[in-house]
Amino acid sequence: MTPTEQSAVASAPDIDRLANLERIWKDPSGFWGWFTHVNHRSIGKRYMVTAFAFFLAGGVLAALMRIQLSRPENHFLGPDLYNQIFTTHGSTMMFLFAVPMMFEALSVYLVPLMVGNRNICFPRLNAYSYYVYLAGGLLLYAGLFINTGPDAGWFAYVPLSGPDFTPGKRSDIWAQMITFTELSALAVAVEVIITTFKLRAPGMSLNRIPLFVWAQAIVAFMVIFAMPAVMLSSTMLLMDRTVNTHFFNPAEGGDAILYQHLFWFFGHPEVYIIFIPGTGIVSTIISTFSRRRIFGYTAILLSMVGTAFVGFGLWVHHMFATGLPQMGESFFTAASLMVVIASGTQVFCWLVTMWTGKVVLKTPMLFALAFFFVFVMGGLTGVLMASVPVDLQIHDTFFIVAHFHYVLIGGAVFPLFGALYYWMPKITGRMLSETAGKWHFWLFFIGFNMTFFPMHILGLRGMPRRVYTYSSSMHWASLNMLASAGAVFMTAAVLIFIANFFWHQKKGELAGNNPWGAATLEWATSSPPPVYNFAELPTVNGRDALWDALPNQPIVEGLDEDCRQVLVTRVMDADPDHRDEFPEATPIPFIAAIATSGFFISTIFTAKAFFPTIIVVGIVLLIWYWPRRQPSLRRKEREIWEH
Amino acid sequence: MKRRSSFWLVVLCCGLACLVSCHGNQSALDSKGLQAARIERLWWLMFSIVVAVYLVVLGWFGTAVLRSRTRQSVQEIPPQVNVEADRRMTVVVAWAIGLTVVLLFVMLTASVRTGHAIANLSSKNPVTIDVIGHQWWWEVRYEATQADQTVVTANEIHVPVGQPVVIKTSSVDVIHSFWAPNLHGKRDLIPGYQNAVWLQADQPGTYRGQCAEFCGHQHAHMAFFVVAEPLEKFNAWLAQQVSTPAPPSDQVSKQGEQVFLSHTCVMCHTVRGNGSGGKLGPDLTHIASRMTIAAGTLPNNRGNLAGWILDSQSIKPGNKMPPNPLKPDDLNALLEYLETLK
Repeated sequence: MTPTEQSAVASAPDIDRLANLERIWKDPSGFWGWFTHVNHRSIGKRYMVTAFAFFLAGGVLAALMRIQLSRPENHFLGPDLYNQIFTTHGSTMMFLFAVPMMFEALSVYLVPLMVGNRNICFPRLNAYSYYVYLAGGLLLYAGLFINTGPDAGWFAYVPLSGPDFTPGKRSDIWAQMITFTELSALAVAVEVIITTFKLRAPGMSLNRIPLFVWAQAIVAFMVIFAMPAVMLSSTMLLMDRTVNTHFFNPAEGGDAILYQHLFWFFGHPEVYIIFIPGTGIVSTIISTFSRRRIFGYTAILLSMVGTAFVGFGLWVHHMFATGLPQMGESFFTAASLMVVIASGTQVFCWLVTMWTGKVVLKTPMLFALAFFFVFVMGGLTGVLMASVPVDLQIHDTFFIVAHFHYVLIGGAVFPLFGALYYWMPKITGRMLSETAGKWHFWLFFIGFNMTFFPMHILGLRGMPRRVYTYSSSMHWASLNMLASAGAVFMTAAVLIFIANFFWHQKKGELAGNNPWGAATLEWATSSPPPVYNFAELPTVNGRDALWDALPNQPIVEGLDEDCRQVLVTRVMDADPDHRDEFPEATPIPFIAAIATSGFFISTIFTAKAFFPTIIVVGIVLLIWYWPRRQPSLRRKEREIWEH
Repeated sequence: MKRRSSFWLVVLCCGLACLVSCHGNQSALDSKGLQAARIERLWWLMFSIVVAVYLVVLGWFGTAVLRSRTRQSVQEIPPQVNVEADRRMTVVVAWAIGLTVVLLFVMLTASVRTGHAIANLSSKNPVTIDVIGHQWWWEVRYEATQADQTVVTANEIHVPVGQPVVIKTSSVDVIHSFWAPNLHGKRDLIPGYQNAVWLQADQPGTYRGQCAEFCGHQHAHMAFFVVAEPLEKFNAWLAQQVSTPAPPSDQVSKQGEQVFLSHTCVMCHTVRGNGSGGKLGPDLTHIASRMTIAAGTLPNNRGNLAGWILDSQSIKPGNKMPPNPLKPDDLNALLEYLETLK
């Protein structure tokens, strides 16, 4: 019997035990209780809802831009507002939607379940990361609503974003929003890495970790190497603006190109940070709906690792037009082309998985399959851009806009919708409507191609990016109108999804533990899972945990159930190593996030705020780390390592 | 399913037809210069390779879905793996990856060769033109050994046909990008750096270009024209630009000159020969000879010029020129004067 079947036929002592587990692991309810949650599913859901809200906000901004560009010399938006809107759209989608959704939300919710544990490690840090992210997002939109939205592009190139050409606080808000969101991403990266490597169910050796978890762990490493570069560059920009440093001021020996190097050293890996989780989702969904284990597990895994490594070696292809030495540029062309080998390998493995499996076309699978149309095209136009001479023509035109929407919507948003249809039954316990799901899919797919395919042609016909209007003599009007019409379809599709979501909460069919007959551990528990995730901590017998489970698959016993105790396993083979105790619900992460926000936001306005606010942060952290008597005694008694 | 694939075929053909018809001014696929032609050739090579690859992948994908599709529900199909089939498919995947690598090498080689070919044109004594980016217009300078022989104009670059030209790019404020797609790809204008780019127009004509790096409010209205003309015409144009315009002869344009010199115009603009020396705005010495005003925003005619002088902010919001509420007489005289600056 699997652990879940056991809990379904629980006897009386079991009911007592489960009630006790529930009492131990449950976070307080009610309004004040909300600020004390440390459960990974609670925080994960908040990440999802918040990131989706920012997705909608970014979508509204996109719609405004499409209205403005639908006709030549349109007066719907002026240049000042348009520039704020396109900057906020890009910043939202990259920093407030794509990374928080694809990496933070999905990994915080799913990784602990998929490795078979009761919470993510460092649960308080996890809660803290969410509040910090939320504060960063609110800061950006507060700025936009008081006409102080950043307007120098999501990349904020100097000198345009510098003190001489963007007076006021617009660029400062952008730079500090980066600090907020990247701090939160770094926190989650640490949690995901440790959860993946130390909290796995016994038996889940490295070569049995689900590809989705691998994808998130690889992304976590990328976050740790990439995000500091952008935090550094945006902080240097902030210092140029607030305390008159001259890092990027050519008149004082600073360098405008330095900023671009730092930014794209983050900016290119960022693309992979966004779509590697997408490939993890596609691998998962294709395996489940082809009714076979994934073909080429090792090849796919190595491809992801390879992409992650090479991803740090091609930032210069964003800078071909700056006039760098030719030899260096050729190196970056070759590196950019190398990514194709890794991505191609994954695509071939998925094709073979379907070829040799039995394909069931449910909504999650449709979204995963759209990947082949959309992402592959984005990848191939990327090949064109890797060539320096071709890039000199298409760089900074609408061709690029088309390309990266094919890559990012194809590599992240299509898989994300697939993931939502796939995992929503686990999250809420009910199935989303299949009929509405198919409408959603086809409208989104058609609308997407209508909107973004014409942009390739617009770019080749010479339409540069980031223009708030264009002359009717340029013959760009009809294609722009077509693109704007496509946006209507996409809007309708997203509205259908939202309606479907609210409908399914009340009327959706009950999901049961494992509605898709899937292989990974999150399906071994009830839907939605109890606060302790698994009544009996599972063990794993193969790469596909549930498909390879023995009839009498063992369970983990011997954890104390008077506190939030978890099993820590070894890195390589996930052998049981020791027991550890996780913290209780506490408001301290929320208070720490408030203190941090005070520090970040006040330093936008005056450098004098630096010391007082950082002292406050320090005091809060002291309280956070202050040892508590009871847990300490318990740890001592049980010979649990004191942190 | 059949109908669906034919639908996609139609979409694809339409797309290709659109691409082929990318001719026109400011199009990257309607080359009129040496470098643009080389890039265009490389583009079509790489484009055909990636389209072929895309079709093969989609074909493989479509066949895989069609042959493996089942109407059973997930719960009815136990997960299973055919080890023998997997082993056969490993070979297929290995071949596919091998072919990918070969195609990538072809494209890499072609790309690097084209890169070398377009980098430098050999010419002992090319025409050298400085293009300096400003928010939001282009200063164009033909430097000469004697200062008074130097030509300064704006938003219009005249070049001789069939001869290599060196464009030296720099910027006085933020980053701009020089891009005339019919002739060549982009080159950024970066403050603190001087770049050079070689051009050669092979056919006479007027080619539109536009700033390609986001540079603030009026990035959308920062166009320029490259006018390629036979050598004699080019030399004649240059000689005419070197000359100092004759002082105004009639009463109205004399008054216009006084308006120019006594109002804010003179703070930013220069007209050689009348004592003005403003450097912030475009040099107006030969404004009447230019095709457009406000960096390609409006055709250069009396009405547009009047509107621009009175309230340029309504035409190009955010630009650096203040409104000039001139009296009708003064405005008329000023326009009369500017029209003499041929």
